[in-house]
Amino acid sequence: MTHVLDPDALSRGGRPLPAPLDPFADVTRSDAAVRAFLHGLPGVDQVGAEARATVLGTRSIKTTAKAWAIDTAISMVDLTTLEGSDTPGRVRSLAAKARRPDPDDLTCPPVAAVCVYGDLAGIAKEALSGTGINVAAVATAFPSGRASRAVKLADVGDAVANGADEIDMVIDRGAFLSGRYLDVFEEIVAVKEACGEAHLKVILETGELVTLDNVRRASWLAMLAGGDFIKTSTGKVAPAATLPVCLVMLEAVRDFRAATGRQVGVKPAGGIRTTKDAVKHLVLINETVGADWLSPRWFRFGASGLLNDLLLQRQKLRTGHYSGPDHVSVD
Amino acid sequence: MTAIPARPALFEYAPAAESRSIVALRPRYGLFVDGEFTEGTGTPLKTLNPATEEVLAEVSTGSDADVDRAVRAARRAFTRVWGPMRPADRGKYLFRIARLLQERAREFAVLETLDNGKPIRESRDVDVPLAAAHFFYHAGWADKLVHAGLGPAPRPLGVAGQVIPWNFPLLMLAWKIAPALATGNTVVLKPAETTPLTALLFAEVCQQADLPPGVVNIVTGAGDTGRAVVAHPDVDKVAFTGSTEVGQSIARAVAGTHKRLTLELGGKAANIVFDDAPIDQAVEGIVRGIFFNQGHVCCAGSRLLVQESVHDEVVASLQRRIGTLRVGDPLDKNTDLGAVNSHSQLARIRELVAVGEAEGATCWQPEGELPGRGYWFKPTVFTDVSPAHRIARDEVFGPVLSVLTFRTPDEAVAKANNTTYGLSAGVWSEKGSRILSITSKLRAGVVWANTFNELDPTSPFGGYKQSGYGREGGRQGLAAYLQGDNQ
Repeated sequence: MTHVLDPDALSRGGRPLPAPLDPFADVTRSDAAVRAFLHGLPGVDQVGAEARATVLGTRSIKTTAKAWAIDTAISMVDLTTLEGSDTPGRVRSLAAKARRPDPDDLTCPPVAAVCVYGDLAGIAKEALSGTGINVAAVATAFPSGRASRAVKLADVGDAVANGADEIDMVIDRGAFLSGRYLDVFEEIVAVKEACGEAHLKVILETGELVTLDNVRRASWLAMLAGGDFIKTSTGKVAPAATLPVCLVMLEAVRDFRAATGRQVGVKPAGGIRTTKDAVKHLVLINETVGADWLSPRWFRFGASGLLNDLLLQRQKLRTGHYSGPDHVSVD
Repeated sequence: MTAIPARPALFEYAPAAESRSIVALRPRYGLFVDGEFTEGTGTPLKTLNPATEEVLAEVSTGSDADVDRAVRAARRAFTRVWGPMRPADRGKYLFRIARLLQERAREFAVLETLDNGKPIRESRDVDVPLAAAHFFYHAGWADKLVHAGLGPAPRPLGVAGQVIPWNFPLLMLAWKIAPALATGNTVVLKPAETTPLTALLFAEVCQQADLPPGVVNIVTGAGDTGRAVVAHPDVDKVAFTGSTEVGQSIARAVAGTHKRLTLELGGKAANIVFDDAPIDQAVEGIVRGIFFNQGHVCCAGSRLLVQESVHDEVVASLQRRIGTLRVGDPLDKNTDLGAVNSHSQLARIRELVAVGEAEGATCWQPEGELPGRGYWFKPTVFTDVSPAHRIARDEVFGPVLSVLTFRTPDEAVAKANNTTYGLSAGVWSEKGSRILSITSKLRAGVVWANTFNELDPTSPFGGYKQSGYGREGGRQGLAAYLQGDNQ
């Protein structure tokens, strides 16, 4: 048996400050100021970050811990369909699966949200009414984000009007990579405003930002602009979510809360297909930011195929043997 | 926005102990001399599991007569078999040993963890794979020694007497035996008295590999046995890894004889963190530098030199990270921090920590409990340490970090070099030119940049000043076991 030396080590120092964001109130006053701030953040050594993620990937999660992790992971899934061929029927079928992922087992928790394109948010909302499961809609000219700001904001307004509880926006990677950080910032602020009550997840598309330094800078930019979640990827660009990227984003939300008192959620999306991958992410949270982030309120998996693997592993734990793909429903 | 109910958020890792059943512990172990296990004539010693204080086995010890028998066997093997053997054939034996180490890796890892107290994650992922890597690396050298830059026909020295420490029992054995054998020498090796078991399992591997009798001899015992190995007149080469104090007495014993000597001794490495460092990775490197193997590492980064402008941030980050270390059963695959190897080492750590407190440094340890039985010590960080404090000068050889500060690069270099040791050092900065400039000024045998405690058989390892002389590993390491034409 082994135990953590100090279970409170990660939550200490996370007390809300009286005036959120105050310490950074002036860093977005100009292009030069925001650039100086982002470039002044400590760099990320890629080799070291990868090594840390690898070591955490060797944690051995068995029996009761695995059962807990699987149920927690299921409850964190944003069950996603983002295809040109999506129809109301498909969204309803996904909603049914979201409510009761394993029809044979009532103890299986529902997922956190169903994630669709904005025009189908109304269908999803209706299908999920009364369940407590959120509707997330991608917006802002997802996935490329290549449209004028007016079009992006209209896209957001449309999704919110259709009943989306959460908006997954994409940042303007072109602007970010060319160093126009203030443009990116102002767009996120505008989208946040258009969201109204809806929660805003900011997709960084880390596969296009490439370096971990950029991941850290984009994370801070999104948090400063008021994003409720930072999200790795659209799922349309490879590589999507990787452990080192998620590690750097978790460090960013940890540091941001320590500085401002405001907690921001993290959502890796794309590329997480197996229970093993999901458990590694939970270990990463557990040992980087701690229990405060171990709930669907603060952590999500953007995935489609992952849920079925979680269900198969859950059945395996319960029955002691593996079943086949026909023992879980096709999406 | 619908409220999502929060799940109880406690991720407790269930016990995940590696099974002991792969290891067949014998109640008694003998010496390995001339290809066979034999009884020693010294007083037997008991070896303990430091995590539980359970007696693992009784082990013979070698008297002067036993050591003499082992050296004679090694001489015979050198003269008749190993010395004259075709180098490519010597290489084959070493490749075979390397493969057997890999095949039996889990067995070695479990046994190492039982006998030493180190976490299975480290014995499994570091000690055993690196030991096999040393044999593979040197196996490749066996028939290429003419290209080692030591003359057209470098020759072996003869019989090597080797004494190794308890912190990396199998790995240190590999560091000693692999280069000695690859260069055509035969060996008499004495493992540490508290950790003899993997060396004796290695003896089984030698049998399994059909290594000719006498090429490797393993004589267990304490200080007296080690002295007998070093002092034996027919030993041509002495290699020692261990404390500076013992190293000095060996140097005196060997002085005036024909014996060649390499010493790999203590250290008090500086780990220098500049304000432009990648802080999160630097904190990981600090943790790896001082808490890897419970700090029982001669090249441990036991002096953290941190630039004043980031001192508070780094220390706070470090303390938060230390709180997340997992402590407990070393066989549990999730353990980060295992047991201190012996009662006497625990006593030394306690003594030096008490000195640190008495001298006025601020001692910090995380909350939380240690296991009740066995030898354990909490990871400890001293801040407000002055270079004059003993905890900034003496090697603790435990999970104890001293934090000092600096203001300018010159001050960092001056403080880093202000030690009687010079084994290793580390530099953390995102600025390449700074790394190149600082590393060239550090008087240490190994300098790491943006990493720490990274070891590899291709890279020479060894010290300056009281950290010893000679190099192990790499092309340079071969020189310690060969004589060129001009020698």
